Amino acid sequence: MIEFHLDSRSGVAPYLQIVHQVRHALRLGLLCEGDQLPTIKAVVSRLAINPNTVLKAYKELEYSGLVASRPGIGTFVVQTLSGAPLVALGPLRNELERWLGRARRAGLDEESIEALFRDCFRSHAGEDVA
Amino acid sequence: MIRLTWLQFRLQSAVALAALAAVALAVALTGPQLAHVYDTVVAPCLQRAPDSCGPTVSAFNNSDQLLQTVLNDAVLIVPALLGIFWGAPLVARELERGTFRLAWTQSVSRHRWLAVKLGVVGLASAVLAGLLSLMVTWWFGPLDQVHANRFDPSVFDLRGIVPIGYALFAFVLGVTVGVLAPRILPAMAITLVVFVGARYAVTTWVRPHLMTPLQQTQTITYSPGFGLAQGADAGSGLFLIPPDPNLPNAWVYANVAVDQAGQPPSSQFLQSACPWATGGGGDGGSGSTGTSQGSGNVTTGPSASGGPTADQLHACLSAIDARFHDVVTYQPADRYWTFQGVETAVYAGLSLVLAWLCLWWVRQRIA
Amino acid sequence: MTAVIAAAGLGKRYGRQWALSDCTLAIPAGQVVGLVGPNGAGKTTLLQLAVGLLAPTTGTITVLGEPPAASAAQLGRVGFVAQDTPIYPTLSVGDHLRLGAWLNPSWDQALAARRIQALGLDPRQRAGKLSGGQRAQLALTLAIAKRPELLILDEPVASLDPLARREFLQGLMEVVAEGGMSVVFSTHVIADLERVCDYLVVLVASRVRVAGEIDALLAEHRRLTGPRRDLDTLPPGQHVVEVSHTGRQSTLLVRSAGPILDPAWTVEPVGLEDLVLAYMSQAQGTAQPGPTLREVSR
Repeated sequence: MIEFHLDSRSGVAPYLQIVHQVRHALRLGLLCEGDQLPTIKAVVSRLAINPNTVLKAYKELEYSGLVASRPGIGTFVVQTLSGAPLVALGPLRNELERWLGRARRAGLDEESIEALFRDCFRSHAGEDVA
Repeated sequence: MIRLTWLQFRLQSAVALAALAAVALAVALTGPQLAHVYDTVVAPCLQRAPDSCGPTVSAFNNSDQLLQTVLNDAVLIVPALLGIFWGAPLVARELERGTFRLAWTQSVSRHRWLAVKLGVVGLASAVLAGLLSLMVTWWFGPLDQVHANRFDPSVFDLRGIVPIGYALFAFVLGVTVGVLAPRILPAMAITLVVFVGARYAVTTWVRPHLMTPLQQTQTITYSPGFGLAQGADAGSGLFLIPPDPNLPNAWVYANVAVDQAGQPPSSQFLQSACPWATGGGGDGGSGSTGTSQGSGNVTTGPSASGGPTADQLHACLSAIDARFHDVVTYQPADRYWTFQGVETAVYAGLSLVLAWLCLWWVRQRIA
Repeated sequence: MTAVIAAAGLGKRYGRQWALSDCTLAIPAGQVVGLVGPNGAGKTTLLQLAVGLLAPTTGTITVLGEPPAASAAQLGRVGFVAQDTPIYPTLSVGDHLRLGAWLNPSWDQALAARRIQALGLDPRQRAGKLSGGQRAQLALTLAIAKRPELLILDEPVASLDPLARREFLQGLMEVVAEGGMSVVFSTHVIADLERVCDYLVVLVASRVRVAGEIDALLAEHRRLTGPRRDLDTLPPGQHVVEVSHTGRQSTLLVRSAGPILDPAWTVEPVGLEDLVLAYMSQAQGTAQPGPTLREVSR
């Protein structure tokens, strides 16, 4: 059974962290179809987080079609994430490597590259643009 | 709630039981012997020849001297101790330690919480004081018979049922003070002061008025206590000491010799009726066990060293009796239990008033 | 949704000092509510008013629809643990459970025994000899085992070491997961809020600064950064919580119901900790939170 952990300083909402960890486990094959996710009570008793948080995470996963909850029994994996994304990673990785090369040639050092990346990543993730 | 009260009260009740057991042991070991001595030695002597029993009675009065003091002191201080150690901390400890924030957020109203505690520990106080008084009253039976002074505060307060009233009052007083002054040590001190003050006030100003005393008029005779005394200051003349009224176990408020108009005999009258009385030189004489008033000389009966002759005495007394009578204001001995009952009821009534007050205050407190 | 705690204009004064003023709240049921504020803000006063240990000077408060401590039955529906976790030092752990059983008709002895065993507490040990963490757990057990609808905890983890704090919260969340109970707890430590609470009340200097569901609050608050400019150029409907200007840049923390449309601003979400800190650093005195101008020289 998967065990969750929480990084309270990551800036990511707790329920999203759980969602990500489940998806990550599915991707890596640590969770297969038919596996049961930990009960809300078990998660809460280990992590000391609000049960509604876990509930929200499980509902989100259910909405994505990855898990299904059977009342009185538990929450079970119904679909894994296929390896296809691994394949799509190839071209993306190449693009990134080309960009990194261009950034270095423009004179940016490692810290500047990281700062630029983080800034774009954050504003892309949270921006309400209109 | 009753079970919780006992749980919190465990230690105090154990201490009290141990002390009571110790007293019971002392009383059981020495009491029967004391009664036996009285029955076989003192009582027969007093019946046969009361005047010659002096040494016997003295010896009897001095037996178990230490235990006498201990038992009397025990009954005296136990009510105050109950007020200080059972009453004052009952609520004050909860307030000082903050445990009231635990106790008053359980599913029990504050009133019920306090009422049950008052009831259970109050009952325990009354029972403890009652048992102690019972044992001490029984033990002192023979001695009290001999002294015949049951109404004297040093005896009245320490016998019978009044200690129950004192104990109950002291306890409820302590609880009330603890509700108002929510720190234990000040509450204990205030309880002691107020209790002592109340006891003094009731004994001095309330007890004498609980029943109207009787008045008895009798002839002034030459009997124990009679005397003619010279005032201490030069020129203050003679005054008359009436004889002891011989009312064993009664409470004598006043014993004065007065005429029809209520006036005591004047010095001139006494000097003319009993001329032998002036000029000092008198002493106790065989008929007198009287007290001397003033620091003058007391001249009484015939004695070898120049007291009045029998005729002079007779003349003196006739002259006095013609105009003056002995008026004794007193509570008769058979009112003893009435007084015990009424005083206990007074203290019980005060306890109820305080209990009601403290239930009312505990609701207002802290809020 | 019914409110577990509803206050209207609630105030409490000691002598001349107002410990709590003009407090109006409607805390919904079924949530874990965090009451946050610096020391002396009035949190303990509010919680003690809610359990009837204090009486209001002004205003009203109802708990589960009734005035606090209105009856023995109402006292049974509310569990309370005071700030210093009072227990009777001379009574044993087992005695405390008996106390709970005797004084609470709704006492669940099985739950209490289970918890005590899971915590590793010896029923025969005198409560005065327990460590701070064990005391807190005992006090929590006493409050939980009577199966209250509402649990009120006053700074329950303030004096606990990190491990004891974690264990306390684990136990608490477990009970919440079993269902039905609302929890209100006060704290001056912000770090645990987001993982534990659904609802937030910020109390500073005797006044409520902000109250609401955490998800909604996070959705409504934004950090705006952009070139330096005056505040009156903001469109209406934005409520500025905190402002700081440098020579070239303005940073605002803003509460707004709708999206921010001005392209000159870079809009970012605000973390819960920053949000709480912004409200806590607001100036005192005004009932409506207003902007605080802070010149920050860089």
